[in-house]
Amino acid sequence: MANVQPGRTVPPVPSGPTPSPLSRRRLLGGAAYAAGALALPVGLAGCEKPTEGGSGGGTVTFGSNYSDEVPKKAIAEVLANSGLDVKINTVDHNTFQENITRYLQATPDDVFTWFSGFRMQYFAAQGLATDISDIWQTIGGDFSAAMKQASTGTDGKQYFVPFYYYPWALFYRKSLFQEKGYQVPTTWDDLKALAGKMKSDGLIPIAMADKDGWPAMGTFDYVNMRTNGYDFHVSLMAGKESWEDSRVKQVFTLWRELLPYCQPGANGRTWQEAAQSLGQKQTGMYLLGMFVGQQFQGEVAADLDFFPFPQIAEAHGQDAVEAPIDGFMISSKVKNVDGAKELLRYLASAKAQNAYLKSDPNNVATHNGADTSGYSALQKKAVELVGGAKQISQFLDRDTRPDFASTVMIPSLQSFLNAPDDVDGLCRRIESQKKTIFAS
Amino acid sequence: MTPTPTAPPVEAGRAAGVPRSPARRRRRRIGRFTPRDIAVIGLLLGLPLLLDLGLIWGPALASIGLSFTSWDGLGEIRPVGLDNYVNIVSNYPPFWPAVWHNLLWLAFLGLVATPFGLFLAVLLDREMRFTRFYQTAFYLPVVLSLAVVGFLAQLIFSRDYGVANAILGRTDNPVDWLGDPSINLWSVLLLVGWRHVGYVMLLYLAGLKAVDPVLKEAAAIDGANEAQTFFRVVFPTLRPVNVIVLVITVIEALRAFDVVYAINRGRNGLELLSVLVTDNIVGEASRIGYGSAIAVILLLISTGFIAVYLVQVFRREDEA
Repeated sequence: MANVQPGRTVPPVPSGPTPSPLSRRRLLGGAAYAAGALALPVGLAGCEKPTEGGSGGGTVTFGSNYSDEVPKKAIAEVLANSGLDVKINTVDHNTFQENITRYLQATPDDVFTWFSGFRMQYFAAQGLATDISDIWQTIGGDFSAAMKQASTGTDGKQYFVPFYYYPWALFYRKSLFQEKGYQVPTTWDDLKALAGKMKSDGLIPIAMADKDGWPAMGTFDYVNMRTNGYDFHVSLMAGKESWEDSRVKQVFTLWRELLPYCQPGANGRTWQEAAQSLGQKQTGMYLLGMFVGQQFQGEVAADLDFFPFPQIAEAHGQDAVEAPIDGFMISSKVKNVDGAKELLRYLASAKAQNAYLKSDPNNVATHNGADTSGYSALQKKAVELVGGAKQISQFLDRDTRPDFASTVMIPSLQSFLNAPDDVDGLCRRIESQKKTIFAS
Repeated sequence: MTPTPTAPPVEAGRAAGVPRSPARRRRRRIGRFTPRDIAVIGLLLGLPLLLDLGLIWGPALASIGLSFTSWDGLGEIRPVGLDNYVNIVSNYPPFWPAVWHNLLWLAFLGLVATPFGLFLAVLLDREMRFTRFYQTAFYLPVVLSLAVVGFLAQLIFSRDYGVANAILGRTDNPVDWLGDPSINLWSVLLLVGWRHVGYVMLLYLAGLKAVDPVLKEAAAIDGANEAQTFFRVVFPTLRPVNVIVLVITVIEALRAFDVVYAINRGRNGLELLSVLVTDNIVGEASRIGYGSAIAVILLLISTGFIAVYLVQVFRREDEA
């Protein structure tokens, strides 16, 4: 980063005609301008803040990471019907996430979009979010206990209003399973047997992509929760367990049994490409979040189905479901507290969630009373899956420290996919990095 | 960026002054600058100096300071001594690969791409047919932003849908050009080199056009063959261009970032120091002290190359 200096590409020619003062000034102006442009992204986090200070009253600012076409339009429609004067400030999804720390410290919007789990608790613990326990006293009855728990900070107060979630499961094409007579597997051995059958039928049994770094985390989470249970997942993510524990090694060993059936070259493939291979029936199944549906239209979309990750250890059955929840929080520097809380109450209503999901049907509403009659078969099944879950996990990178997830787990899982045989070395490296990160 | 800022004000002062008596002129030589000159110089030198201090030295020193601390961007800044450095060197698996990749990058650009660019420039300098076309064709990649090059990489090297495997007929057992950590760096270097060659070619072409043909004729009369003429006569006269090309090559190699970031965020065989800095500082990770320490290491490596280079230049200048 230190070398943004433009290379001096012009040879030091002995200057012939003296440049006029005007052109020199213009040059300096240009340099200053360029310097300003370079410095700009630093302040990017909060610079979009509208300066309409005096108006007060009804205006609520809304920092949104719904930057993709479909969600952006959907949330705008929902907010327009809130009866409040909401000013939306949309930032690209990834940029929003990367700048969140600076954003919340600078001049954040009143209400902002965020994720539940550790990622919510972290900022709440830093004092960057406003306690909304009072809202939960009125809306509490509309949500399941699991949802309330997912909205609660480490201090026992609520900081988050859940909006929708999307479960992770193994997706497949119904027509392919019918055609070949495959049965949905419910145990680990069934899964391997099915994969073996698919392989002999000339299919790649399991689609796999990890170029983006995070998709493989889903597989790790599921194998871990099926083998060691949800509680172990939570304490492992919280840094309380050793990664050199035999239970963790067991996860990698089991995962390794599956690798011969997985699409090779996962680290060079995006999840979209892997999804395409599922759509084209080159691969048999694909473990991903429900957003995989975005990749399919028409007939293929209707042909898409999923089954929950099979049981590994009997004690844990198929209890846990990985279903990340997206929702909203109020920043601690909120200007219009009453307006912000009113907006959250509205967003917590079944009406708002129904309106949103009508436009973006790759998710499921969090509200108990949300209208499910308009749901697709897949959405209905997702409600069932999550409703029947004993525990709901968020996702590896939402359940642990962001620095650990991004700088340790992403490279580690990728290196596991490249060289699955060195489980001991892998676990040792993860553990020693984990120790230093969780100590800081 | 400003072309020799001290010279013009003097000119301006002299131009403004009417003819003076010898005595006055002498005194003028002692206190050469009028207040207006000083103001102009102050502005012209001071502003860039301020920008330089504020935008380059300030952050650089801040990075060095922060590299001895632990800071998440939110809480207090805690001094940790050399912990970050010890940790990076001994407990950060992507670090050594990143150093190695940066050096490999430098070696490839310096030993393969740059000489090839020179070779193309020499060929094109011979005024062969369609020279203009070739020039444009070779220079075109330079115009593309590296992010676009990264996107092209995807189209060409994608394992399942890429052109490269289709051309090679490797559809049954495709080569994973970008996903296999033992070869993806070379795929990327091919693209980066493709871009670098055009740049270097253009610089050398400009230099070659400026070489006095008389030199070559004289060499020919003295009985030098083509190769001798080039290496003994033409190449040494290209020294100013060589210096520029060398600096550009080093800078390009050490600041390499965008291609790998566009391809896979600089992971899985494409680690570079610049990416590690970004990974740790930018983003939710916010390991600012740790990332700063990597930045300082990158700074030291760059400074090392620049120092070696400057020593060389000054030594040669002394000899000359």
